[in-house]
This record gives sequence, structure tokens and C-alpha cells, in this order.
Amino acid sequence: SLAGFGNLMQDVLWCFSQVKGTIDIGVTEADIISTVEFNHTGELLATGDKGGRVVIFQREQESKNQPHRRGEYNVYSTFQSHEPEFDYLKSLEIEEKINKIRWLPQQNAAYFLLSTNDKTVKLWKVSERDKRPEGYNLKDEDGRLRDPSMITTLRVPVLRPMDLMVEATPRRVFANAHTYHINSISVNSDYETYMSADDLRINLWNFEITNQSFNIVDIKPANMEELTEVITAAEFHPHHCNTFVYSSSKGTIRLCDMRASALCDRHAKFFEEPEDPSNRSFFSEIISSISDVKFSHSGRYIMTRDYLTVKVWDLNMENRPIETYQVHDYLRSKLCSLYENDCIFDKFECVWNGSDSVIMTGSYNNFFRMFDRNTKRDVTLEASRENSKPRAILKPRKVCVGGKRRKDEISVDSLDFSKKILHTAWHPSENIIAVAATNNLYIFQDKVN
Amino acid sequence: MFVRGLKRKCFDGEEDIEGTLAGIKAIPSYNLQRQSLLDMSLVKLQLCHMLVEPNLCRSVLIANTVRQIQEEMTQDGTWQMINTQSTGQASVDRLVSTDILCRSSREQAEGKHVPGYSTFSKDFEGDQAQDSSETMSTASSVQAPRNLQSNVWEMENPQENKGNFQKSLDQIFETLENKTPNSVEDLFSEVDNSYYDLDTMLTGMMSNTKMGHCDGLESFSSPTTTTSSSNCKSDLNELDHIVEILVES
Repeated sequence: SLAGFGNLMQDVLWCFSQVKGTIDIGVTEADIISTVEFNHTGELLATGDKGGRVVIFQREQESKNQPHRRGEYNVYSTFQSHEPEFDYLKSLEIEEKINKIRWLPQQNAAYFLLSTNDKTVKLWKVSERDKRPEGYNLKDEDGRLRDPSMITTLRVPVLRPMDLMVEATPRRVFANAHTYHINSISVNSDYETYMSADDLRINLWNFEITNQSFNIVDIKPANMEELTEVITAAEFHPHHCNTFVYSSSKGTIRLCDMRASALCDRHAKFFEEPEDPSNRSFFSEIISSISDVKFSHSGRYIMTRDYLTVKVWDLNMENRPIETYQVHDYLRSKLCSLYENDCIFDKFECVWNGSDSVIMTGSYNNFFRMFDRNTKRDVTLEASRENSKPRAILKPRKVCVGGKRRKDEISVDSLDFSKKILHTAWHPSENIIAVAATNNLYIFQDKVN
Repeated sequence: MFVRGLKRKCFDGEEDIEGTLAGIKAIPSYNLQRQSLLDMSLVKLQLCHMLVEPNLCRSVLIANTVRQIQEEMTQDGTWQMINTQSTGQASVDRLVSTDILCRSSREQAEGKHVPGYSTFSKDFEGDQAQDSSETMSTASSVQAPRNLQSNVWEMENPQENKGNFQKSLDQIFETLENKTPNSVEDLFSEVDNSYYDLDTMLTGMMSNTKMGHCDGLESFSSPTTTTSSSNCKSDLNELDHIVEILVES
């Protein structure tokens, strides 16, 4: 059954569908997936990796002959989006790692996406070619120039079919606008502009103009010694092209209206939850730092992810979230170790399902969590090769937090903190999810009856 | 859980902090844990700008943690006590504490249950407030540090600065902006694998970040070998070695 709208958690059984990537033990760092994104129809699924490559998968047409395959995703295009660079002024390497990919809505036969590393955003056009012209007058079939004196007749070139070729071409390069590392890009609902956000500034771009961008947020203090807060994520409202939000390392979200002033340093709304004094520790601020912010599809809510929780906020209520979900609260007593090994700085993303009824985010040990906002039920699932038989139903996992460990549970101390699910994506209208586990991309679907 | 009676015995009229620590026996004091967290944070700040380019968010969060600790230590007077102990040894003390961290992360066998920081901050704030007045009077000659950079990073002995192991916080952030890297203080030069080794040694972490390796402060060993001066000589050699790696001399 087609999914999304009104589905309750208990009705959805998640099944393994596909896994992409190698199972070699020695994973090269370049293959680590750093971003995952479905396009607006869900037909395409893009991944970016640390090596600067983009791989796009396309869902094959469902066939009546094989209804159980439910449209598998196969490689459609692969290209090198960004290369490593060297900043000579600062004597620093600029990593080619793809931080984010965002699709533009499709307006013609070609597909367009934005991909960004720490410094440069690029607009890529992905198009198909299944015909080629033949019969040029001045060139022969190999492209060599013909001797004009040998030409005795003229002909009209014709288009002949050829094997389908998918080519990706960089159409725009938006460079030299960010001193700090870009953490977010967001396409505006006007489809003419987009924003890019780094640690201290947010810039607004027009897709047609690459040599200028408009700075709309700047939180850099005059004296860098006074720096205590950075921008961690930003996104445009899905419907109101003048509205965007950005989150900070202090756990705050600011909503800005670009109509109010050119430089949106004064927020229109300020979302912050008061601190719980009983939980205060030296790590309070670090775990409150927001790693991701996402508008709901409806535009009525925003969801934020901090180290231990996911929160849903109503745009009309600034003083606290309307919902808080514990992702892995058992880590609260381990914060010192997680600070020592830097895991406390891991940036987890979060996603909405198509109907905004279920939210999903990742955790450690290749676990990921889903929360049903209506039933308040949650489930922990695992992306692993062991659960990778075709159409195998994923079994819920449970972490044991002390006391007697049941047979299928895993204890907190046995969790593998090197296996982290930072990036996930949810199909815009169906129950199909993509989960990035290091260098592997898992695709899960709900069970077909 | 920490016993109230034991705490009062620690701080009651004692001026020498090492003596009180010895009295705590197996459970490491809140002060020692806090000091170790401070040292760990300082090391992280140093290490983070030896890599490709520092993650600004991470640096800011660590720096804020350091400031928080410093503020609290200033309020309860322990900050001044550490400064007055031995002039010119301040930086070494900090590195010695880092050495404890190395030992702690290697000695994982203890498995003693130590309450988390959150409980300590609750319990100790009240007690320390009443004792701070006593400690303040003994250290009246030393000005209460207000600015993080003027205190945490500054050496009494300017020669120590040569290694550049401890830079001020503003220099760290400024280096991010620095268009013309200073050759001597260019900590952003080519990545040296020894940096990663240093990182491994001090944080006890490599590719497999399992909890077992990272018990560190959770299973804290006994605090008998902290800032005693007898360890200083061997640690000075270690300091030189570390500094050599950092400045690639």
C-alpha cells in the first residue's frame, strides 16, 4: 500500500531492501558517505562522500512481473563534484568532502542539484542523452575537420539514437564567499535563490549570479576573543520565501524575516528552552548544541537535533518545544568519556516523513531511531549486514541500561561508537528510507503485503 | 554516591590541597576531576589547530567549557591556589595533570563507580562557597584572574613561551583569520603524523572508539601522583619532547 499519510507506527514493518557500498574491512576514508538526499519526487537519491564524489541512484519503474521489488534504486550517475584544494593564504587544506546536497525542483527534462564542500557551492546539471547528431558537413564522424575543398554536397545533420548516457555538468560555481566552513545550504521556495551558511555567516545567492552573494546574517564579533556561539544549521521555510531559521551551538533557533531588513541580525523569533538546573554539568552547553534543524513539510513546525534529543517546536511558541524525544539518554552518564573521544561533537541529522507524523534520527552502533508523533511510540532499528536478507523484516533493537541484560539486548558499554548513523533521508511520499552507515547506504522499505 | 561528612573533612581548614586529596583515598575529588577536565580541554584546543583546519564549532564549545571551569575555580578560590603554588611551574603543573590523564586512560582496570560531574557540581558548590573566603585570604597577593587569556595561557616564565605550547585563546581564533601565517608560530603547517600520535596518547582513542578505551575520568585512579614537584623533572623532559613535535624543530 502506498504510504505516508496517516500510517501509524504499529502498522509499519520495516524491511531491508538494498545496500550499496562494499563490505571490505579496510574502508578507505574517501568512501565514507557524508550526505544523503532524495529529490522532490523520490525518483532520485543522491549521496555525497568524503572523497568529493556524488552518486545518484534512480528508482526503476515498478514492473507488474516483479511486484515485490517495489522499484529498486540503481546507479544513475556518478561524478566528482569537488576536488581537494589548498588555501595558500592560510596554508590550509580545503577538504573535498561533500557536506550537503540539495535538489532543485525539476522544471524540465534535466535534474539540478546543489552540492557543497566547506568553501564552494556548485550547481550540477544531470541530463540524459540518448540521441546524437550525425552527418556534419565540416567534420567527419570522428570529429576531424574535413578538407573544405573536398566537400561537394551539403547535407542536413540528423539525430540518431545512441545508448543512454547520463552526464553531469557543473553549471555554476559559487566560490570565495565563505571564510568559515559551510554547514548548510537551502533552496528557497522561489526557486531563484538559495542560502549557504557557515559558522558565522549566512549568504543569499541568486542561481544566475556567481560572482556576488548577499550577506544576510553575520554573527562574527568584532573581537574574535569574544566568540562564544556559532551557527550550526540553517534552512528556508518551505513556503514563505522571506523566512528562514538558523540554529546555534548554544541550543537556540532564530527565525528571520528578510523583509524586515537587509541584514537579518535581529531575529523575528527566538526559540530557546530554559535550562533544567538539576541536569546542569560542564557538558550542558555542548550537548545542547543543535546539529540539525528542519522545517516540517507543512511549514508549521521545526525539528532540532541536539546530542541526546530530538525536539519539535511550534513556530508560534518560542519558549519551549512542544515535543522532546530521547534518542539515547543512556549516554548521559558517559558524557565525560564521549567528550574525551570527541564523540560528543558528532553532528547527527534528523528527518521528517512525508506526512510529518514520524521523525527519524541516527545513533551509535549503526542504530537509528524513529518516533511516531501521534502514538508516541518509538523504535530502534539497526543497519547491518546481518539483517540484509532481501525483504527481511528489521527487528527492533534495545539497549540495556543496567541491571540484568536480556538475551537480545545490548549493553551500553558494548556499543560501537565508531559506527554512527549521522545521515538519513526519507522518501517524500512513501515509506522508503535511506540510511548511511559509514561507507554503506542502506535502503529500507515498509513491508508489502 | 559521595558522602557529605567526608567532604567537610576535606575542605575544613585545609590549605594544602594535596593533603586533602590524600585524605579522600579511593574516590577522586571533584577538584581533581575538574582539573583533569580543564587539562583535557586545553590539550584539545591545542591539538585541534594542528589538523587540517580547526572545526570552529568544536573549538568554541571546548573554549566555553574551559571558561566555565575557570569561572567556577575562580569563585571557589582554587584557581588562585594553583597559581601561587610555584611560580614558573604553572604550565608544567598543567602538563603534569595531563600526564595523569594519560595514566588514567591506560589504567582502566579500576572500574570504580564515580558519580558524574552533574552530581558533584550540585554537592560542592555550597561547600566551596563557604571555604573560598579562607583561601582568598591566603592568596591575597595574586589578583583574581578575570580574563581567560591572561591567566590560563600566560606563563610566569617568558622563556617557557618559546615552545608555543600554550597560546592564548584569542590567538587560536585569530590564527583562523590570519592571512599571513607566521612561520615560527605556524601551527597550521603540513599535517605531521606525530600529531596524531600525540592525540592518540593523550585521548586514548584511535579508530575504534569503544567505550572501554575511553573510561578516562569515569574510572579515575587514585590521585596520589598529582602536582608533586618530584615528578616535575621527568615531566619537563616530556614537555620538551612534546614542544619539539609541535614546533617541528
